[in-house]
Amino acid sequence: MEKLMEILKNLRPEVDFNTEKSLIDGGVLDSFDLVSLIGELNEEFEIEISFDDMEPENFNSAEQIYQMIVRLQSEE
Amino acid sequence: MVCNVLEYLERAEKLYPDKLVFGDESGQLTYRQLGRAARRMGSRLAEQGAYREPVTVLIDKDVNTLAAFMGIVYSGCFYVPVDKTLPIERIRTILSVVNPAYLIVKKEDEQLGRELEKEKLLFLEEMFQEPVNWLGYPKPEQKEAVKVPERQWEEAKESGNCCYKEKEENLPLLTKIRERHLDTNPLYMIFTSGSTGVPKGVLISHRSVIDMAEQFTNVFQFSSEEVFANQAPFDFDVSVKDIYLTIRNGASMYIVPKSMFVMPKKLAGFFNEKKITTIIWAASALGVAASFRILEKEAPRYLKKIMFSGEVLPMKVLHYWQKHVRDSIYVNLYGPTEITCNCTYYIVDREFSQDQVLPIGKAFPNTEILLFNEENRLAEPGEQGEICVRGSSLALGYYKNKEETEKAFCQNPLHEDYLDMIYRTGDMGYINDRGELVFAARKDHQIKHMGHRIELLEVEASVNAVEEVEKCCCMYDDILGKILLFYQAEKEMEKEIISQLHNKLPKYMCPNVFYRLDKIPENNHGKIDRQRLKQKYMENNK
Repeated sequence: MEKLMEILKNLRPEVDFNTEKSLIDGGVLDSFDLVSLIGELNEEFEIEISFDDMEPENFNSAEQIYQMIVRLQSEE
Repeated sequence: MVCNVLEYLERAEKLYPDKLVFGDESGQLTYRQLGRAARRMGSRLAEQGAYREPVTVLIDKDVNTLAAFMGIVYSGCFYVPVDKTLPIERIRTILSVVNPAYLIVKKEDEQLGRELEKEKLLFLEEMFQEPVNWLGYPKPEQKEAVKVPERQWEEAKESGNCCYKEKEENLPLLTKIRERHLDTNPLYMIFTSGSTGVPKGVLISHRSVIDMAEQFTNVFQFSSEEVFANQAPFDFDVSVKDIYLTIRNGASMYIVPKSMFVMPKKLAGFFNEKKITTIIWAASALGVAASFRILEKEAPRYLKKIMFSGEVLPMKVLHYWQKHVRDSIYVNLYGPTEITCNCTYYIVDREFSQDQVLPIGKAFPNTEILLFNEENRLAEPGEQGEICVRGSSLALGYYKNKEETEKAFCQNPLHEDYLDMIYRTGDMGYINDRGELVFAARKDHQIKHMGHRIELLEVEASVNAVEEVEKCCCMYDDILGKILLFYQAEKEMEKEIISQLHNKLPKYMCPNVFYRLDKIPENNHGKIDRQRLKQKYMENNK
């Protein structure tokens, strides 16, 4: 989780990822943020976020992103 | 000769009254509906007496916003699209430059609208409503229902306008306005980053847009069969091509919702569902589609023309699209807002390897490109020169900004025989051995970041406004795609800087990486030594 928070903070320093719960639905992250985020997550956590994982409910909060990472790691 | 973009609209309205012109997620307009809505709105604006004045619209990606643009054009005014998600200070700065005759917002943005403008605020929805209940005031018993401000109500009563309008379109008035029209009148104004810290409003005439629409249509053979998928927001001039190529040709245009670029899963199906034939997108948007690999699931079957601009398209993105959409032409378009969308094009006609760069090709018809070297002489083949543009496509300059206008729009240095304006883009280019124009670099501190054109000096101006920041310097790491900020201060100020910038600048202009320094390197003249700073940065990040 720490690693994830660091990635998120570097991505958008001004967003408070501890409290923000609608990163996608609230329009906080845009497509460019997501492109770089997904690239970094794939690399850092050695996972492959696929087309089918691209749902708002996987990305709306840091917690949800974390859960998705854990799920993908366990599927390996 | 077409002198007014409304002639395009009216021609299409006659030929294809019931055809869809614009569609979005929740609504659509036929040519007849668009024409009527625009004339109703134009009538109301014109009855107020505004003429050849700017009208600001807080925009959404929807069909009503487009109808409002056309309505403003009918009134003889010009439209100024502004993104309502910008920080409010930024919108205020823009409004203070524009000083619009009216600010048009949606009912849902009433609060924001009222914060920005008290007197001259109009609501989009009310302008299309029939019968008129806006300013040609309705029957007295409807006074409550339409909630007009007391002062306006009194005025309306005094002026005798306090009656029900018989006709919804004031055709005599609109005709009168049309008779006065010149094709050199402004059509719209789009704001772009300014190096002095204040954004610049680029003013574009009917003539320039008509020129663009005619040249694009001829070069790329557009017809009424075309179906455009609009990606760019309406405060970006990339969208000008979608809008006017659609109405020029009696074609159709679907607005791709913003959310589809954030979670692009649905984008794949969208192409085929709407039978999209042409996309004219920011290069970065094609990149998003490639990063998410959306084309594997469902390849677009109707897509025949793929055009991109705004940034250099990475070769791997081009290859990805080419692999999945084989029957399409690919066109690299180049040009800044000041010359109305694009001045050169290159139709991809050969294979490129990963390390090659796409040329920007050659000038559109009725446009000339001149490359001037530092001595203001024409560059030799292979030699770099500043890309300068001649033709009807040149903007009317920067609104209320003579100084910046004269810097960029000037007499052709080759002669002084007659008025012959060129626009200096600040981009450097050269002619390769195939005779194609190639973009090389920027002359100044302007960058392209996430599809946006940004003056680093404007970012610096905003950082310097933060108290306790003694000095700062912005640079762009184009490999990481990040804006770097070096600042001189006694303590770490990252948080303060971020929160202050956030109130003033669009988020894409905020630096991504922060470095505090005790002392920013300076040269002998006491100026920031950008070269040395850059070297240091490169050494530390090897």
